[in-house]
Amino acid sequence: MMSCAVAVRDLRVERGRRQVLHGVSFEVPRGSVLGLIGPSGCGKTTLMRAVVGVQTVAGGTVTVLGEPAGGPGLRTKVGYSTQSPAVYDDLTVTENLAYFAAVLGAPKTDVARVVAEVGLEDAAGQTARTLSGGQKSRASLAVALLGAPELLVLDEPTVGLDPVLRNELWGLFHRLAAGRGVTLMVSSHVMDEASRCDRLLLMREGEILADDSPGTLRDRTGAADLEAAFLRLIADREAVSDR
Amino acid sequence: MSSAQITLATAKRILTQLRHDHRTVALMVLVPTLVMILLYYVIGDQGSFDAWTPVLLCVFPFLVMFLVTSIATLRERTTGTLERLMASPLGKLDLLLGYGLAFGLMAVVQVALVLSVSLTWLGFGLGAPLWPLVVVALCNALLGTALGLLCSAFARTEFQAVQFMPVVMIPQLLLGGILVPRDQMAPVLEWISNVLPMSYAIEAMKLAAAAGAEGDFWRDVAVVAGSAVLALVLGAATLRRRTP
Repeated sequence: MMSCAVAVRDLRVERGRRQVLHGVSFEVPRGSVLGLIGPSGCGKTTLMRAVVGVQTVAGGTVTVLGEPAGGPGLRTKVGYSTQSPAVYDDLTVTENLAYFAAVLGAPKTDVARVVAEVGLEDAAGQTARTLSGGQKSRASLAVALLGAPELLVLDEPTVGLDPVLRNELWGLFHRLAAGRGVTLMVSSHVMDEASRCDRLLLMREGEILADDSPGTLRDRTGAADLEAAFLRLIADREAVSDR
Repeated sequence: MSSAQITLATAKRILTQLRHDHRTVALMVLVPTLVMILLYYVIGDQGSFDAWTPVLLCVFPFLVMFLVTSIATLRERTTGTLERLMASPLGKLDLLLGYGLAFGLMAVVQVALVLSVSLTWLGFGLGAPLWPLVVVALCNALLGTALGLLCSAFARTEFQAVQFMPVVMIPQLLLGGILVPRDQMAPVLEWISNVLPMSYAIEAMKLAAAAGAEGDFWRDVAVVAGSAVLALVLGAATLRRRTP
């Protein structure tokens, strides 16, 4: 059994002539929750797409569960939820899930399970078009939970949710990691969510500023909270580059 | 899950989407029949109507399937469901065949209605068996689906996708031998006409209406079906697992 679910080495991604990831390297241990934190446009989504294997990359390697990212063997093992909900607007929540379950070869009973896991029981018969923003993003998240993924790549899964629901989902993420040994990569720009991750990647402008546990980050920077720690890291980095 | 099961699940999903959209279904199924009725009263002469009916039977399945498919696949691309599917075990051909199957089924319903109204109420004088007409109409619907899939890859917005319709459709109609017989065109135009699949579809439909599956009928059908397969393969090549 490998200890690493994801290993990224010197990953470079270009969009047009602009480089959006400048040689990023990191590893994610199995069964852990990794938080990707950073401002909008810092490359979080690009990095996640590269791990899922849907991003054209310019260089470097991405190894997922021992295989090159996006390999045929990974397609039932990696659950992916995009930032904007990717569900069919004109299907009900249940119909959406039933279709994706069929594509993944997941049992039909999975539909009811994931609906319950994201707390959408009351809206299961509604077409996705009529859902609120938060409900729709939960429907999209539910698709990623179908089957038995070993790695979940979730791009801003809690955006637009109230604190109670957010708390419930983070509870679910930790149950998946602790109970089923699932590895999670979760992006967010909310700092209080960052403290719930086992490890954090702080990203800015296509680079990783820090790769540590939330506690170590606070200690290292001497900051009271993660927001302050993040600001201090940026200030340090700029001081170095100005010199 | 085997590839065939994924294809069937995809076709079922597309039909379920249509079931939620009554207006689109009504437009797909009723419009060709209503236009046929309009044509009947505009022409007012049974002989000319009998000559025009095969042409319309050719144009409608193609047109409707082209439009519906190009918009539907464009939506898959823009809403992120395609990206999700490209990260799943679904094969590119599973998706394309799923679309072909679902919209092919819609084409059967569409053609069945327009043919039954034409043959009964409108007194379309068909001096040959019915099935060759259905074969051509279906091949043409599949061609429309396949070209719609292909063209949607070159459109960024639904506005652009709709504009591809006249680009693909009008030259094929002008050069397809409807207005001017193909052998009376300038040589260059006749050459172009020779490589457009719709020319063969229209010829096959005219043959089918006049004498059934006789003469060049099967050659023409093979050209139309072959073009549909070619367009499907090219369409599959435009679906990428990795995108920038």
